[in-house]
Amino acid sequence: MSSSSTETHEHPKHELSYYAKRIYAIRDLLLEKGVITEKDIWCQIEYQEARSPANGAKLVARAWVDPAYKARLIADPKAACAEMGIDATSINEFVVLENTEKLRHMVVCTLCSCYPRPILGRPPDWYKSFNYRQRAVNDPRGVMREFGLTLPDDVEVRVHDSTADIRYLVLPLRPKGTEELSEPDLAKLVTRDSLIGVMDPLPSL
Amino acid sequence: MNQIGGKFRPGDRVRVLSDDRPGHIRTPYYVRGKTGWIERVYGDFLNPESLAYGGDGLPKRTLYLVAFNQADVWEQCEGPKDKVLVDIYEHWLQPSA
Amino acid sequence: MARGHHDVGGLPGAGPIETTEHALSDWEILADAVNQALGARGIKRTDEMRRAREEMDSDTYRDLNYYERWIASMEAILIEKKILTKEEIDRKLAAFEAKWGQP
Repeated sequence: MSSSSTETHEHPKHELSYYAKRIYAIRDLLLEKGVITEKDIWCQIEYQEARSPANGAKLVARAWVDPAYKARLIADPKAACAEMGIDATSINEFVVLENTEKLRHMVVCTLCSCYPRPILGRPPDWYKSFNYRQRAVNDPRGVMREFGLTLPDDVEVRVHDSTADIRYLVLPLRPKGTEELSEPDLAKLVTRDSLIGVMDPLPSL
Repeated sequence: MNQIGGKFRPGDRVRVLSDDRPGHIRTPYYVRGKTGWIERVYGDFLNPESLAYGGDGLPKRTLYLVAFNQADVWEQCEGPKDKVLVDIYEHWLQPSA
Repeated sequence: MARGHHDVGGLPGAGPIETTEHALSDWEILADAVNQALGARGIKRTDEMRRAREEMDSDTYRDLNYYERWIASMEAILIEKKILTKEEIDRKLAAFEAKWGQP
């Protein structure tokens, strides 16, 4: 499921679609004209490859074991990321949404596909799909059920539509019975989809 | 986050304008004309409606987290306590009783 | 002005969420990187790219996939800013296609 640059699909170029082919022409022209450099392009590829949901899992696992860190994560998420060696500086503003027994958050960008890329990397295809963008706001419980999460009516569901510069990360609820797990093992329970909020974390390893 | 200016405070009830103005608008259609409340004041940001056309985005506009009861936005919804929250700029909001 | 084709929150008729993912192709990784590089250099803003996608023909908007839309909007903005012309992109592409071979 990851999109590492070492695992790309190399289609024969003449089989690519109209726009897929055009990016190669655009790239070459931009390089020829000195608008961007090869290094610019490689820096961006490396920047993306360095970012993955593992970053989010690390933040959450630490928040689960350390209440003071959790408070810092909620109060100043960018600083809390920096504490964990995660570079979230290019996010304009960043908000952490804490789930509780009676509250779940879910994040969408109905207008395009805004996502906390500097922390989590690229969004999954489904997050960018029309079906998710259409249904997340008016049928969040239906979406959650598709991801395996059914919630009773006394749990409040809050859907955040990230229409501006704020990027949202869900702080999922720590599963019961995980008191003995180490921080790295706790991080394994924190799936990317639980950081978007369509499901809860894994209940156990 | 900077919190300067802005005429609304958390808890204020607000109604989203029903405008159909042209341009690059970041206020989604499904909340236009709907009433909710200010959940958070995010501070001042460059205006995307200007930035989208190469403008400088000034003057900055105050951005709010506006919460709506799902029941007030859609004809049908599950979850009687459920809410939808949208980041909306001040010039798209008016006070509501 | 009618509701934009990008403004899809709550529109009826949506289907199940398809969760299979695909590893990115080379051209998609390149599109992503060139887009980000242009932004990092201050050549274009994300807001301009979004606006370009909103201004697209609506059928095209729905027919293209995610990165194709990015490439289309990138081209539109680069042409608008007179950094590139459509003609030179066409010429460069024709040269590539001659090299790549015809389908």
